[in-house]
Amino acid sequence: MDELYAEAHHWEVNTGGETIHAKRMPGKWRRIKWLAASVWLIFFLGPYVQWNGRQAVLFDIPNRQYHLFGVTVLPQDFWMLSLLLLFFAILLAVATALAGRVYCGYFCFQTVWTDVFTWIEERLEGSPPQRRKLDKAPVDARKLRIKVLKHAIWLVIGFLTGFSFVAWFYGAGPLWRDFFVGGANAAVYASVALFTFGTYLLAGWLREQVCFWLCPYARIQGVMLDKSTVVPAYDVTRGEPRGRVKKGEIEETRTTGDCVDCNQCVAVCPTGVDIRNGQQEGCITCGLCIDACNAVMDKVGRPRGLIRYASLDELEGESVKPMLLRPRVWVYTAILALALSGIIYGLSTLAAIELKVLHERAPLYVQLSDGSIQNKYTLKILNKSETDLKVGISAEAPVPLTLMGAEEPIAVKHGEVTPAIVFIKIGRSDLDGERLPVTFVATTQLPDGTQVSAERENAFFGPSR
Amino acid sequence: MAEHNPFPGENNTGHFWDDNIRELNNPPPQWWMIALWASLAWFILYGILYPMFPVLPWQSQEGGGFTKGILGWSSIKEYEQGVEQVEEVRAQYEDQIAGMSAEEILDDPGLTQYTLASAKVLFGDYCSACHGSGGQGNPGYPVLADDNWLYGGSLAKIQESITNGRKGAMTAHKDILTEAEADTLANWVVEMGETQGEGGSEAGWKLYNEKGCNACHGAEANGVLAELPDGSIVTVGAANLRDSIWRFRPGGYESAKHTILYGVNQPAVEQTRDAVMPAFGDAAGSLDGKLEPDQIKKLAVYVHSLGGGQ
Repeated sequence: MDELYAEAHHWEVNTGGETIHAKRMPGKWRRIKWLAASVWLIFFLGPYVQWNGRQAVLFDIPNRQYHLFGVTVLPQDFWMLSLLLLFFAILLAVATALAGRVYCGYFCFQTVWTDVFTWIEERLEGSPPQRRKLDKAPVDARKLRIKVLKHAIWLVIGFLTGFSFVAWFYGAGPLWRDFFVGGANAAVYASVALFTFGTYLLAGWLREQVCFWLCPYARIQGVMLDKSTVVPAYDVTRGEPRGRVKKGEIEETRTTGDCVDCNQCVAVCPTGVDIRNGQQEGCITCGLCIDACNAVMDKVGRPRGLIRYASLDELEGESVKPMLLRPRVWVYTAILALALSGIIYGLSTLAAIELKVLHERAPLYVQLSDGSIQNKYTLKILNKSETDLKVGISAEAPVPLTLMGAEEPIAVKHGEVTPAIVFIKIGRSDLDGERLPVTFVATTQLPDGTQVSAERENAFFGPSR
Repeated sequence: MAEHNPFPGENNTGHFWDDNIRELNNPPPQWWMIALWASLAWFILYGILYPMFPVLPWQSQEGGGFTKGILGWSSIKEYEQGVEQVEEVRAQYEDQIAGMSAEEILDDPGLTQYTLASAKVLFGDYCSACHGSGGQGNPGYPVLADDNWLYGGSLAKIQESITNGRKGAMTAHKDILTEAEADTLANWVVEMGETQGEGGSEAGWKLYNEKGCNACHGAEANGVLAELPDGSIVTVGAANLRDSIWRFRPGGYESAKHTILYGVNQPAVEQTRDAVMPAFGDAAGSLDGKLEPDQIKKLAVYVHSLGGGQ
């Protein structure tokens, strides 16, 4: 019973009643966190990269064209997006199965932006105790000045976030030109405003509350872990029973564990959890407690790694399964490879033109006055190149046929689908069976002289004999 | 409620039962409460701006029954604005079409595309009941997707057919021909159709000319009475007997004989073929001018493109 009460005493749910002021300590994982976070610089700087005289990556929604360096993707190619989403979903799963919530700890915009926001807070307001003191202090000129400056900088970062986001869609050049003179459209201003205040609210105020109560991934990832997943963990057998360092105590005759109960691991935790209670929902596996503990261990002369990246199996002294023997790894890797090869296939086979053929269904075929059979087809020619094209159409079947309606090349505007109606006539005596395969070929010449063509198979129908 | 608090300093609400059961004061987090009040404010604001509360039943006569909202938004207004936008897009094309002939429309790929798309709706409303959704015809109603035209398949002729309607006529020959003669003619028509007019029997040709069939079906039995210098043909709507297409289904000997014996559109003959195309134009007024000339023009382009326009 006492154990139950003790547990209940520890049971604390973080609902944001108290702001967490985490201490910052230098260390290996702190450096990795900054490095990983700096990947987000691409988000801010990416829109300014140019490629062949235009923005390298531009998602041009009004024109439904998505430029990725040399490649232009149209909505028709969007099946690749589903593969891309699958790829990242599985990547998240495989990373989580191997090393826990790596994404949460190092890459997630929520934790990264929060980290930057609290870094600014520390620059302006000082260490955690100073910050707590300032929060409680009555409002005076100094407090007002610091707080106003802090919130202003937060809002500026929020604005830059929104501005950079929109630049991917609107174009960085046009955005700088239009935005500040009121020349951009309402969607642009609404998006920037939403991002500005969203960033300010989420990274400035809600912080770890998002991870606790709003983010579904935080919860989903929880079930992706197993006992062989390597996560920041407290070595209970080595650390317990914890006890403070006593003056004059001889290391060899010490009865307590390695944990000196200094609480530094809790002090540095951005979500305020105590890693010594084991892996828990609040842990974003950022590894900052490892840095803190190692620093303390160095100071008291005990070996590092009381808190370290380790699997539960390892801590419990069970045999650790090698990564390659875990079926999960194989299944996830197979899906990753599949999605990736699909995307590579899609991007490498992006053709300049695409042909679709719709066979008329009512009537399926028509008998003409000379007894021959005529079928009607609607061709849909998509021009994915950058210029208007003249597309010639031909058709082939195992028997002689007459193609009508495509005598002249069809003019197809770039980025558009142009329908064309054509007829195929086959003499009654040539028609054996109710159905013949027909292949339509659309051929065109690009401005650089290369000949490209697209094929589409369809069928020719006739009456049953 | 207890007179004095036996558990001071515990932040309870002062509610006690059975000496030691008490209610603690554990308010939800502040941000949670802010979210609650913000949603309530949103709810009220929304109710002021948009139609919302189903109240005021005594006003329900006059489209009332709910608060209207100060923005004046309503779903029907939004719908009407959407229709207006569509009309605006259409107007660019419609304005051009109004001043053009059907031939000119067909020469312009962009306008042809628009015309085919918009005439598809008209065709569905006015034509498809008899001629089928794709012009594939129905028993008794001609196929529009083939190249066989009783009255000509040029744009002008198609427009004329839609505007004024068509009513063919063929005499019933049950009292004119003997059974054997009717048989001979019916068989001859089948032979003609199967051989593109090359294999009609001597006896059939003789009867064809003697009994005056050529007066309507033409000397060549191809439905053409004369060819004008400009290439257009003169017809009274009699069928081309040299082609493989049957005006009345299922075609073949029985169909041919039936048509020969009972004729087409003969009011006095009970088993006569019915073949009437109503007039859809203003001129005849028989259907109260259902279609505007521009609509007929668009329909002509559509029908012409179904597969057999000439």
